[in-house]
Amino acid sequence: MSSLAFVGGAVAGLAAAGLGLAGLLGHEWALQIAWLVPLAGLELRMDPLAGFFLLLIGATSVPASVYALDHARGEVKGLVSYLAFLLAMGVVPLAANAPTFLLAWELMALASYALVLHDHGERGVVRAAWVYAVMTHAGLASLLAGMLLMSASTGSLRFADWQTAGPGLDGATRSLAWLLLTIGFASKAGVVPLHVWLPIAHPVAPSHVSALMSGVMIKLGIYGLLRAGLEWLGPGPAWWGVVLLLAGTVSAVKGVLYALVERDLKRLLAFSSIENVGIVLIGVGAGMVFHASGLDFLAVFALAAGLYHVANHAAFKALLFLGAGAVVHATGTRDMEAMGGLVKRMPWTAAAFLVGSVAIAALPPLNGFVSEWLTLQALLQTVQIPGLELSLVFALALAGLALTGGLTVACFVRAFGITFLALPRSESAAQALEAGGATRAALVLLAVACAALGLGPTVVLPVLGGAAASLVGLPAPVLVEWPLTLTVAGDFASLSVPVIALALGLGLLLPLLALRGLGAPRGRRLTATWGCGRLLQTARMEYNATSFASPYKRIFDFVYRPRKRLEVEYHPESRFFVRRMAYENLPRGLAEEWLYAPVVRALQHATARVRAIQSGSTNLYLIYVLAALLILLVFA
Amino acid sequence: MTAAVVAALAQTLLVAAGAPLLVGLIHTLKARLVGRRGPNPWQPYADLAKLLHKETVVSETTSWVFAVTPYVLVATMLVAAAVVPVIVTRPALAFAGNVILLMYLFMLGTFFLALAGLDSGSAFGGMGSSRGVAVAALAEPTIMLAVFALAIRTGTINLGGVAERIGGDPVLAAHPGHILAFFAFFIVMVAENGRLPVDNPATHLELTMIHEAMVLEYSGHYLALVEWAGAMKLFLFLTLLANLFFPWWIPTEVAALPMLLGALALAGKLVLLATALAVMETAVAKLRLFRVPELLAGSFALAVLSVASVVLLK
Repeated sequence: MSSLAFVGGAVAGLAAAGLGLAGLLGHEWALQIAWLVPLAGLELRMDPLAGFFLLLIGATSVPASVYALDHARGEVKGLVSYLAFLLAMGVVPLAANAPTFLLAWELMALASYALVLHDHGERGVVRAAWVYAVMTHAGLASLLAGMLLMSASTGSLRFADWQTAGPGLDGATRSLAWLLLTIGFASKAGVVPLHVWLPIAHPVAPSHVSALMSGVMIKLGIYGLLRAGLEWLGPGPAWWGVVLLLAGTVSAVKGVLYALVERDLKRLLAFSSIENVGIVLIGVGAGMVFHASGLDFLAVFALAAGLYHVANHAAFKALLFLGAGAVVHATGTRDMEAMGGLVKRMPWTAAAFLVGSVAIAALPPLNGFVSEWLTLQALLQTVQIPGLELSLVFALALAGLALTGGLTVACFVRAFGITFLALPRSESAAQALEAGGATRAALVLLAVACAALGLGPTVVLPVLGGAAASLVGLPAPVLVEWPLTLTVAGDFASLSVPVIALALGLGLLLPLLALRGLGAPRGRRLTATWGCGRLLQTARMEYNATSFASPYKRIFDFVYRPRKRLEVEYHPESRFFVRRMAYENLPRGLAEEWLYAPVVRALQHATARVRAIQSGSTNLYLIYVLAALLILLVFA
Repeated sequence: MTAAVVAALAQTLLVAAGAPLLVGLIHTLKARLVGRRGPNPWQPYADLAKLLHKETVVSETTSWVFAVTPYVLVATMLVAAAVVPVIVTRPALAFAGNVILLMYLFMLGTFFLALAGLDSGSAFGGMGSSRGVAVAALAEPTIMLAVFALAIRTGTINLGGVAERIGGDPVLAAHPGHILAFFAFFIVMVAENGRLPVDNPATHLELTMIHEAMVLEYSGHYLALVEWAGAMKLFLFLTLLANLFFPWWIPTEVAALPMLLGALALAGKLVLLATALAVMETAVAKLRLFRVPELLAGSFALAVLSVASVVLLK
């Protein structure tokens, strides 16, 4: 039963991917069923951008469903939610009017809510689902308000009408609608400061669902931002782009800083999703600024860079979440402090996780590098915009993106190194077993996707450039002048990943051959790690996740503002002997404490006041009804 | 085509073969500056040969990651050596990437070296990894802004393009933005290569080492490869400083005689930079680890000033 559902999910994913690919390559169509959805009927429309997101959803749900074959428990509720989740995600990019869109959007939220609740017996899961439900509906409220404003001012629920009437609206309405829609979509995408639900909800879901939520679902927020900012409301003023650019920079830096100090492997990946959404937004924001400045080529280029990172993040984040899922399944914990040494027990998972780590750390020749390179090129191109202010904004984004890149390397050295290398830090890690066949197949599939997206930018980028160009109504730019080489703005920059990969391969072989030639002894002698003369090495002597993060905690103290606690219990005879020591250094969430806590407190305060009118007496309630009726009659 | 490939190989060979001499030269200079005779500049070659013929002892805790890392390090440096303008502005591989590729190639090496540090399970290795990556990460924004300053002024970030533009118009180099960017990049070079005052390449004092802690478990031919890659990294960083900021006498076309002259010019610039590095390393003491971010913040401030002055004085 459960296998059937997941095989069905994989097949549907393949079909959706095929349909999306056709749309991405220019096969457009529209579908209208007037009676199916209230108000305006069901209306779907395929264009290159919708095709791109549908392809992404389909292609990611294949490995996720295959992975689930190994881990599924046959609960009907879970299976139905999973399939509904896939269906809803597939409908969102195709929706062509507000009711269709909102229905699919809400179904996606509810289905994923049910999936987050999957292991509701475990600690913290119910609270996580609650936070998720509240935040996603706050976002929905903002989205709904924005869409109502749009339909009230354009007189239509169809997106096509918004597109024609939107640019002609007066400035204030337009900006207000944009702001409302942006808040709604940004909360789905996990943009700081609307990100608080993401690291709480994503880790507690089953890993194939986490992979889909982080890899694809939050990208639909990006999809909405693209549609709202560039199509429904027409190309907006430059400050819209600047807002997104700055929000993206803050999200990228903050996401990676919190990922860097996280002990829970899946939470670490969730924080890193915030970072990657930030990188995407930097590309999107830069594209909007370029578009507002009339630099068409650069606008399409920056948007294509953003879309490329969307695809890349789907590939490597799904890979990492599924790899983390395999590790969590094998060790029974998400705490990295209880892992270690798994590279020997789980060689397949370790190799795949390493590929994902290299890819997400944006190291050549894998895919993360390509999209980060493109985004950096787009930002460096700001030399073409005159004006000091924009140059400084772009310089800030450049520096932020570079810092993010460096810290991501640190984050994934830590994630891979502490989880898979050195000695196992717990009995369960020492006894871990390699993941099953379906899991390994899913991991290999995604690792191959990471390599292919890294080696093939000359094939992928022109297609994404076409999608971005169709969004802003421009001709697709020429980005590939020679085969295998990307060229940006003539002599500005060029990149050929296949050549670099080939050169790296040769560079690996060369020293091997040279050592042979020089007659170096080939054998190795195995012995214990050097330890200043101590006799025994145990896992307790290793650097662990907390100690690895400690310099970063200290350097970025002003961001984390940690709560430090040190309790020492001394021996009663002498203070030179310590019996027990407890140390805690937990980073605080600034958004939680400064933004959400006051709001929640105010809300609780207000509801406590309102409780005064709830006496429980039927007579009183009848008076309320009567009063309400009278007021309505007077004012109606 | 053949000439270009031969030239690229010659350049890579020059970097690979010349790097140990540069390290030896700095050793000798530092010894002379403190009044010792010091080793012969050719000493690193003897050290490498010795390591190659020693037995390789490996911790039994390590995995294949540890064994692969020395090769990855050498591979990244060899590829970088084929991309950087060393003795010609546009070597055969220059089309394949620019300065950003270079940054990320160095990062690839750092990534694997840090994993190897963790792999042995020794606390020293972990400490070195954690700190080494922190220093590398904090240097990234500075590099990017220094590149941005160059890009604004030359209209390109292809390394060869920058060298040609500034080499063709020496007035471009006489700009405060250019000089500030040079100093910012110099500090990054110091940090990335583990030189004083960020890290002490000569120490095995347990708690102060960064780079040495990561490579502590390496021996035999693995250690030889790691040391060789480190020397190449220093050579490439000094070459970048020389040829991006003072790009004079670099031939733009592939021909034997100009490239020979280019090599001589490079040798002169490298000796100057190596002397500057040796004098600085003799004059300053190692910083406490948690003062290093302040130094890097200083280099970042220089880079910001460089960008600002370039934008304002355009």
